[in-house]
Amino acid sequence: MSFDLENLVSDLDIRGAVLYFKGNVDSEIINRALDLVEGKLLATREAPRIRKKVYNVLVESLQNLYHHADLVPRGYHASRPDRYGLVVMEKLGKGYRVTTCNFVSAVHVRELEEKLTRINRSSPEEIKELYKEILNHQEITEKGLGGLGLLDIARKTGHRIDFRFRKYDNHNTAFRLTALVATE
Amino acid sequence: MEPIIIEGTPKTPSVKFDATEGTFEIKGRSIPENSVEFYKPLNEWLDNYMQVPLDKTVVNIRLEYFNTSSSKCILDVFKRLEAIHKSKHDVEINWFYEEDDEDMLEAGEDYDSIIKVPFKMIEIVE
Repeated sequence: MSFDLENLVSDLDIRGAVLYFKGNVDSEIINRALDLVEGKLLATREAPRIRKKVYNVLVESLQNLYHHADLVPRGYHASRPDRYGLVVMEKLGKGYRVTTCNFVSAVHVRELEEKLTRINRSSPEEIKELYKEILNHQEITEKGLGGLGLLDIARKTGHRIDFRFRKYDNHNTAFRLTALVATE
Repeated sequence: MEPIIIEGTPKTPSVKFDATEGTFEIKGRSIPENSVEFYKPLNEWLDNYMQVPLDKTVVNIRLEYFNTSSSKCILDVFKRLEAIHKSKHDVEINWFYEEDDEDMLEAGEDYDSIIKVPFKMIEIVE
């Protein structure tokens, strides 16, 4: 069986998910996903504080795909090669879990892994200082500010960011990122 | 100077910058994919205002959500206000946050620690 990004989320409850999407994450898709989730969150009894955290984490996760997903490998089935990804948002007993998957060019894997490892090893105070350092001293590009989205997710969730890579071929790696907004 | 008045959308904030009153407001959501495009005219307008600012400028930031791409653009707005403040003009920044929204309060505190202009944190109680 040929590889599909869905293979990376076979352990998740996609059918019962609050949100599931696989395809090209353009501006219109982001709008629709945010509208859908906002409506669903408003229908819950979650505290506004939690709803806002979940919404924020989803915004950054979707925009990470929009700005940073590398082109899909040649031969992989996608209607367009750019901004291709998968997003799952689940409601669990302990909170809301947002998972995204996309392809990363093999040359970017090490840098991304180091960035995430550094975030996960940092204390909340160190993450806050690193966030301010990047905010104040890095120039913005059309892709945003290097790593600020990941730091923001780490700050808002207060949890380590779970991530994994799976080699697709010598030039491309599939990447999964998971963040949890705890409700307790 | 002509004021800037921009209606809000689900992804961009409403903006009212009035040079004759010296009151500026950014309100709503700022989560566009391309924030630079949205904030560029605001910062260009501020570049002109900085040449002849009023004795007192009052800035009200009432954001519900903003993404990391907007955070840098908002900092650029504040850096211009800091320059006005440094030129011996009074600048007051009011940072509004909803009750229990500790993330928005922290975001305001981040800016307060970077920008040398006094911030007033104002909790909105429903």
